[in-house]
Amino acid sequence: MSLKINCRKIVGGNARGKALVTKQTINFLAMVDTKRGAINDRNHELFGKDMKDIVLIFPNAVGSSVGAYTIYSLKVNGVAPVAIVSINKADIITASGCAISNIPFVDMLETSISFLKSGLEISVDADKQIIII
Amino acid sequence: MQLSEDEESALKGGYGETIASAYRILLAIGEATEAKKLVPIKWAHVSGINYNTIGDAGVEFLEKFSSGAKVSVKTTINPMGFDRNKPNNLSENFVRQQMRIVKSYEIMGTTPSFTCIPYEIFDIPKKGSAVSFAESNAAVFSNSVLGLSTNKESALSALASSVTGKAPYSDLRIEEFRYPKVTIRPEFKLVSELDYGFLGYFAGKVVQDNCVAFDGITENPDMIKLKSLSAAIGTTGSCGMFTLGKFNEEVISFGKEEVNAIKDELNTADDGNFIILGSPQLGIYELNLLADLLEGKKFSKHCMIFCARAIYNSATQIGLTDKIERAGCEFMCDSCTCLTPLVTRNDVDSVITNSVKGAYYLNHSNKIGVALRDFKTIVKEYTN
Repeated sequence: MSLKINCRKIVGGNARGKALVTKQTINFLAMVDTKRGAINDRNHELFGKDMKDIVLIFPNAVGSSVGAYTIYSLKVNGVAPVAIVSINKADIITASGCAISNIPFVDMLETSISFLKSGLEISVDADKQIIII
Repeated sequence: MQLSEDEESALKGGYGETIASAYRILLAIGEATEAKKLVPIKWAHVSGINYNTIGDAGVEFLEKFSSGAKVSVKTTINPMGFDRNKPNNLSENFVRQQMRIVKSYEIMGTTPSFTCIPYEIFDIPKKGSAVSFAESNAAVFSNSVLGLSTNKESALSALASSVTGKAPYSDLRIEEFRYPKVTIRPEFKLVSELDYGFLGYFAGKVVQDNCVAFDGITENPDMIKLKSLSAAIGTTGSCGMFTLGKFNEEVISFGKEEVNAIKDELNTADDGNFIILGSPQLGIYELNLLADLLEGKKFSKHCMIFCARAIYNSATQIGLTDKIERAGCEFMCDSCTCLTPLVTRNDVDSVITNSVKGAYYLNHSNKIGVALRDFKTIVKEYTN
């Protein structure tokens, strides 16, 4: 059985992948290794986790304005998430980084997905503004 | 977000692919911040100049982008990786890639300011003017101290605004969102700029809204304190503005316990191999203060000062840099502390700085230990 959740499109497209979920915000510039696509901040709960081909589900980006380039570098280096879901309201760093990298990006989920665990396959259809679990 | 006929045509490629990509960025951030329209801006300040921050993907992106568009409003740019007028021991690759970035911005017609404190160098438009500032300290400072209105832009969104001359009319560009929904009250007297840095670092972490109020600050914080506070808020959060006073019923307390938690995180060394000042880059106010404090003294450790070239030149004219250099300091223009390639784990284990923002990036990105001390304590402890 699949669960459909309405959301809001920020950057269009659709993709499917394993969820990588965190309740912690991300400072992309300071916390992400753009060559390997891994979170390299020891204090982050996703420390050591790869972003390649996953659906990143996180609150929002914080800190450095250059984080937008970090997202773009992940894409160019072939290690970017296939889609990003913002649990909070979408932020400017992630929105602009996804816009230039053609990474589908959504926010404002109609129901909470706090039950969602990393590793679950999910689809993000930003154009239809829907997430399918 | 509603686009005008002209904007719609630009989005569809009527003015070329580069301008279309700029509009795709503006559309995405406009949707994210629920803007109804785009408005003209007076000034863009763009980040993503230092090769260490944007890498090869950024170099290639900017080369392509700059071949298709020129800036249409005054556009200043953030620091690069090194001082153009000084020898350095950086790799050939770093220097080559850095200069490709510099060239791209030159082609686009940006002002080669290489500064993270444009608000201390350039004429400030009249209060209420819409601008588009990436560089988090500059966005927070300009909203909070100068009364300009900008969202906390990203490197790419400010770049998009620089070539289109427009930004979404949303969040901190609208008067009603410039009212704080959360008030934070320090439970102890904030003495140094370091205390203000800790407060900002905490505020960035706990405040989700656009604007935060700080209650119980009775002094008029000076430039060094305001810069420290702005930079620290920008480091940890998405909040883009602060104001002083009590605005809300509910007040979040900021006590010694909170300060100690931040010190545990950022103060990772007892001492350092040398001193770094300048995150944000130092302005004339700090250089004046430093020259006074250093009267008749000499640093016992090497002290590296990051400073905009325009500030360095003005300070030289009034005799400040001479005094400071004689006391054992070395000026680095065009560059800054954050993700500097000039200080690496190969050279040093740890450094001393007064910047909470600097400490965060030195720890996280440069992987160097940091001993945090305030400005006056640094001069007191490390001079004779």
